[in-house]
Amino acid sequence: MLDKAKPTTAPIVERCQALFSDLTFEAQRAWKEAKPGRKVVGFLPYYAPRELVHAAGCLPIGILGGGDQLEVIHGDAYYQSYICRIPRSTVELGVSGRLDFVDGMLFPSICDVIRNLSGMWKLMFPQKATRYVDLPQNFTMDIGVPFYAQELREVREFLEQIVGKPITDDEIRNSITLFNENRRLVREVYKLRAEMPWNLPSSEVYLLMRAGLLTPVEEHNAMLAEYMSLAQQMERPLKDNSRVVISGAFCEQPPLNLIKSIELAGCYIVDDDFLVVNRWEKSEVATSGDPLENLARAYISDSTSIAPKYEPNPKIKGKYLIDSVRENGAEGVIFAMPSFCDPALLDRPMLQSALKEANIPYIGFKYAENTGQMQPVREQAGTFADSIKLWSGQ
Amino acid sequence: MSTIITRPKAAPAEIIRDASMAKQKDMLARHYDRLCDAPQTGEKVCATFVPGNLNELIMCFDMVNNLPEVNAIQSGLRKQSGGYVMESEKLGHSEDVCTYVKSDIGMMAKGNIGPNGRKLPNPDVLLLSYTGCFTFMKWFELLRQQYQCETIMMHTPYLGDGKITPEMIQYMVKQLKQDVIPTLERVSGVKFDIDRLRENLRRSAKAEEDHIWVLQSAQNKPSPIDAYFGGIYYVGPIFGAFRGTDDAIDYYKFLRQEVEERIRLGKGPVTPDGDMPQERYRLVVEGPPNYTHFRQFWKMFYDEGAVVVASSYTKVGGTYDYGFRHDPDRPLESLAEYCLNVYTNRNLPMRVDMLVDYINRYEADGLLINSIKSCNSFSAGQLLIMREVEKRTGKPAAFIETDLVDPRYFSAANVKNRLESYFQMIEQKRSSSSFAA
Ligand code: SF4
Ligand code: SF4
Repeated sequence: MLDKAKPTTAPIVERCQALFSDLTFEAQRAWKEAKPGRKVVGFLPYYAPRELVHAAGCLPIGILGGGDQLEVIHGDAYYQSYICRIPRSTVELGVSGRLDFVDGMLFPSICDVIRNLSGMWKLMFPQKATRYVDLPQNFTMDIGVPFYAQELREVREFLEQIVGKPITDDEIRNSITLFNENRRLVREVYKLRAEMPWNLPSSEVYLLMRAGLLTPVEEHNAMLAEYMSLAQQMERPLKDNSRVVISGAFCEQPPLNLIKSIELAGCYIVDDDFLVVNRWEKSEVATSGDPLENLARAYISDSTSIAPKYEPNPKIKGKYLIDSVRENGAEGVIFAMPSFCDPALLDRPMLQSALKEANIPYIGFKYAENTGQMQPVREQAGTFADSIKLWSGQ
Repeated sequence: MSTIITRPKAAPAEIIRDASMAKQKDMLARHYDRLCDAPQTGEKVCATFVPGNLNELIMCFDMVNNLPEVNAIQSGLRKQSGGYVMESEKLGHSEDVCTYVKSDIGMMAKGNIGPNGRKLPNPDVLLLSYTGCFTFMKWFELLRQQYQCETIMMHTPYLGDGKITPEMIQYMVKQLKQDVIPTLERVSGVKFDIDRLRENLRRSAKAEEDHIWVLQSAQNKPSPIDAYFGGIYYVGPIFGAFRGTDDAIDYYKFLRQEVEERIRLGKGPVTPDGDMPQERYRLVVEGPPNYTHFRQFWKMFYDEGAVVVASSYTKVGGTYDYGFRHDPDRPLESLAEYCLNVYTNRNLPMRVDMLVDYINRYEADGLLINSIKSCNSFSAGQLLIMREVEKRTGKPAAFIETDLVDPRYFSAANVKNRLESYFQMIEQKRSSSSFAA
């Protein structure tokens, strides 16, 4: 029985776990039904302008595949064996009716698989509003910003069609404020985890972040604050673990068991690139002036570096990962990447050579969202954790 | 005891039957020599991709263009790509990613020897025309690391909504004006002259007319060309280093005359074994071919009298079916439109429409998809494409799987079996519809 006097994050984690495990989206359906006219808009990894969806009065929800609990019956008939798993489980969610309450879908330009899935969705669900969100790859300010601002104008029109009313600039500004707060809190959780990883296990933090892609931002902000206040007060045992950064898991998500296995193998995860949408802009997005311009500006000049984005400056290729290692006091990097993932796997050799130059140890393995066998992961992560300790002479 | 039989290394079998092929071979040889001579002649080298290649612009700076995809194809045809791919994997590149990239990187690691047996020069600039394929971006980031040279990003928006918008063109023209042209000027030391570009574009348009005429000649019965296996040769100059040159104009004029003559004589396509005697099946093919067993693969078709009358792969370096031609009066806009139009930059519904249109217009018996392990750009979604096209045309479709330049993924027996049953399916469909009639 829980000791009532002692602060615990357990009830929050339980709530997050329930949201995470529910493949029929009961909570989101309930949100929609609670008020007439409410709409839900899904988005795929790795980024979507959630502020616009929120400003339209819709609930933005992250569609992140089916995890290891979804039985894929139809989805495999749409994909060859050499394509990653997330599109097939997403198709499964669609054709099995689990997403029938979703009014619109946004497919960002992360890779050719999700790009093509946007067209498949148009063909398979012609009655649903579907939009491909083309993100700029030219990061010169006066080229990329107008392009992305225009794209955002089109996304705004797309959402206006769904809700049947205009979205005002003030509504967008208000949403930017809320998401600024969300990003600030998310970053704080990450910072706190790096400070006391024993009190904020990554398997919990992960669930907390997944919940953020399934609940209204206002609720999630409150949840993040509450979680931090409780987690700080907990007295979990400090272990002699190695501190690692996870890289490459920004799209198809690893099974929760994989995160747990890495921790069990003796690693504290002190930074990662799971669900990067929730801390995409590194500082506050401006709230005065043209809101779309502000979002576009933030995307071009202040967003997270990650494999699906072009790095215009060769001198800093991979620097973000080295920075993450240094800033979070990590001792090594684990490349955990979905099988057949072009962005992650093509980028990896460049990141590895940056790490090598910086003398940072790393290992790598591949996974699928439904990987069941964790023994190899545990062994590899365990050996890595031990070797890091040997390296650093502990 | 085992006996080791060593065979003398045979030169790869040549597939040359047409005079136009000989002409192209000569053009290519000259191009590769020019490329390899660049360190001596002082010509600057610009590496870029086939889809969205801006050859007319590159020519304005007296630069010579190097296309790593074409090098990978050449390695595939010469049966060297398998070794290169493995070399790349040894260097740490994943077995899951595109084999073009790995063939290129493996070739570099092994001395970067081109198809002419000479060392290819390092590029002076990488023009990352980011059109229709995600891999391109990482490929050039990888090469940039190797060559430490300037890299220009030229981002082509995807036709996610099935249309080209004025804003897309503006974005691209701005990139051309602000990034691409100034950087090429700086690297080459040659000042940009828009009239020179117009001239090049005028030449492109001329060649494009004859080029598309040749591809569309497959509407004849029998088709005088094979628009996939033969088509790969026919697109060579226009997809590669020759668009905008007099060489390309001459080549396509010459090719057109050859094809006109074949139509006049009622002949089918030329194959490596001579003229195809009888056209039994007319197919539309979606997806790139396999290059490591190109001739064997093609033979499986022509032995059965199957001719490909239209293919999507021959639109990957530019789509000319629907009226697009480079336009000297709108030079930069027209370069942008060219990039936007390439096949892999079209969304799935557009691709389905195009394939359905081909089946109808070319009176094909059905659709064959060659799904390439390497290529998510083409392959992701092809099973749905197959179903949609089947549904909309009522014609049977089939699916085979190979790879571009990785010989490990070409299983001749499997492909042959699939093709044989597909041809039977077409026969059955025919007899049931004639029975119904
Ligand atoms: S896992 Fe990788 S390849 Fe698959 S959809 Fe996501 S980004 Fe694309
Ligand atoms: S084969 Fe496909 S994935 Fe590879 S470079 Fe070409 S278009 Fe891109």
